[in-house]
Amino acid sequence: MGSSIAIEGLHAGYGAVRVIEDVTISAAPAETVVLLGTNGNGKSTLMKCILGLVRPSAGRIVADIDGGRHDLTRLSTEEIVDLGIALVPEGRRLFPKLTVEENLLLGAYRRSAREQMGRNLDTCFSVFPQLAERRGQLAGSLSGGEQQMLALGRALMLAPKILLVDEPSVGLAPILVARTIDAIKELKDKYQLTVLMAEQNFTQAVRIADRGYVIVHGRIAVEGRSADELNNNDLIKKFYLGL
Amino acid sequence: MRSWVFLIVALIVAAAVFAAALLVRTTYGDYLLFAGYVVLQYVVLATAWNILGGYCGYVNFGSAAFFAIGAYTTVALHKLGANPGRYLSDTPFEVLGTLLPLSLPTLILLGGIVSGLVGFGMGYLTLRLRGVFFAIATLAMAVVLQTIVVNWDYVGGSRGAYIIRPDAAEIGPVSLAYIQYLFLAMMLLAVFALWVARTIERSRMGLGLAAIRDDEPAAEASGVPTLRLKLAATALSGALMGMAGAPFPYYVGYVEPANAFGLPYAVNAIAMPMIGGTTTWAGPLVGALVLGSLQQIATVTFRSEASLLIVGVLLVGFVIVAPRGIVGLVENWRRPKKKKLKSPQ
Repeated sequence: MGSSIAIEGLHAGYGAVRVIEDVTISAAPAETVVLLGTNGNGKSTLMKCILGLVRPSAGRIVADIDGGRHDLTRLSTEEIVDLGIALVPEGRRLFPKLTVEENLLLGAYRRSAREQMGRNLDTCFSVFPQLAERRGQLAGSLSGGEQQMLALGRALMLAPKILLVDEPSVGLAPILVARTIDAIKELKDKYQLTVLMAEQNFTQAVRIADRGYVIVHGRIAVEGRSADELNNNDLIKKFYLGL
Repeated sequence: MRSWVFLIVALIVAAAVFAAALLVRTTYGDYLLFAGYVVLQYVVLATAWNILGGYCGYVNFGSAAFFAIGAYTTVALHKLGANPGRYLSDTPFEVLGTLLPLSLPTLILLGGIVSGLVGFGMGYLTLRLRGVFFAIATLAMAVVLQTIVVNWDYVGGSRGAYIIRPDAAEIGPVSLAYIQYLFLAMMLLAVFALWVARTIERSRMGLGLAAIRDDEPAAEASGVPTLRLKLAATALSGALMGMAGAPFPYYVGYVEPANAFGLPYAVNAIAMPMIGGTTTWAGPLVGALVLGSLQQIATVTFRSEASLLIVGVLLVGFVIVAPRGIVGLVENWRRPKKKKLKSPQ
């Protein structure tokens, strides 16, 4: 069993602006795949396409969830969330004027997630104990690192099969970036998640990656079939790292 | 407090207020009932506005239009009932004529349905608009609807329509003077509106609406059905405003576009929740009671034009000094020693 996701020949954009052109990527069950690229190359748009927040103009997004096959381009965001695909959005996007606990409960808004809400809440608090201490506090008053933990916790409330993480490093101090990446790795190992992570921070992202892609101007420029291949690719050194 | 307990307590309070109003009637006459009706009407309007504006964060400048839709639904149906032979002489409609004239509760219900449908339609058309753009769209809708009514001869157009208020209303064996009846109806409507608002506030829908208010794209990404919740909020909010407007023609006796679509409704519906506090059901109630009473007092002691001035001054004051309204002030005062939260990082 396990869950995987495959994107084939995806084209997407906003109005006349084309952002993603012919992107084909995949993530196998319990695999961590990173999507590398600097600002404005279409990483977030790709994430939004998977969740149905942006409608692609062409291409297919197919998710295999525990044996069932689903064409995500035909489903609404709510239905996609129902399948167990959770997004940790770029910049965290918490609900700043709601409490930590309310933020977490909103992660389990769907009926499918509601049945196990109590258990998932306990799981969240055991993974991130500092959230339990601050459960009654407003999310906007948390520190940046705690906010990122809350964003991850909110996604966990869905008991997701596939976890999409969009730029977890944004706005965090380097030490917190490392901690966040570690937390993602820990969650993935613990719950056998399939993780697709978009990130700019090459060294941190590659640390936990099984495989990866580099996206440049909306196209996949490089595919690395292992973390080593990503680390040692000359094209990446040239185009992406500027070495 | 459970929902039905709240409803019972609210009904007991309403009964007590109504009994008190009947008692003072012997010394003060009907004036207090007339003034109280207006205050209660604002309780309903403010509570209704708050469901969309306070819980969901969508500012509606078109409250007066929903109020007027309720009022004009009553005008249209009243006219039909006053002269059924003229409008309903064709055979298929003759049956309808026997149902007329409609009772006040039926008119309130119908006003609510029509207004709710318009609210639903407005929500559907303006769903892509957020913030100030949504506010402008609601304002435009109010102007469009007023223009339609001005040009609709059947309900009197810009001449307006006279509605003769019955002398009394019979509720079973009890006979009430009509203003008492109107006061009672608006009182029950206020209880209903507050109960609806409170129930929403404490439900999953309330949590979903709060998420939309805080960060709509994030709410959508979490799987909150933003479209459905917003439509429910616009329809409910519109329906309650229409219900508040439905008895209005019987109250004033003469309805014209300028008074039904009046600026005070739109301004008060926004200002009262803002001054009371927008995040709880108690906010609009407190705001409407305080501001509504102040306006009525100013009308008799000073002059009626002062009422909007009071609202304006208070609104500016509260936005600067106490952005969370009276309810926020009370909450701060009840927990004064809680240390301040650290700002993020």
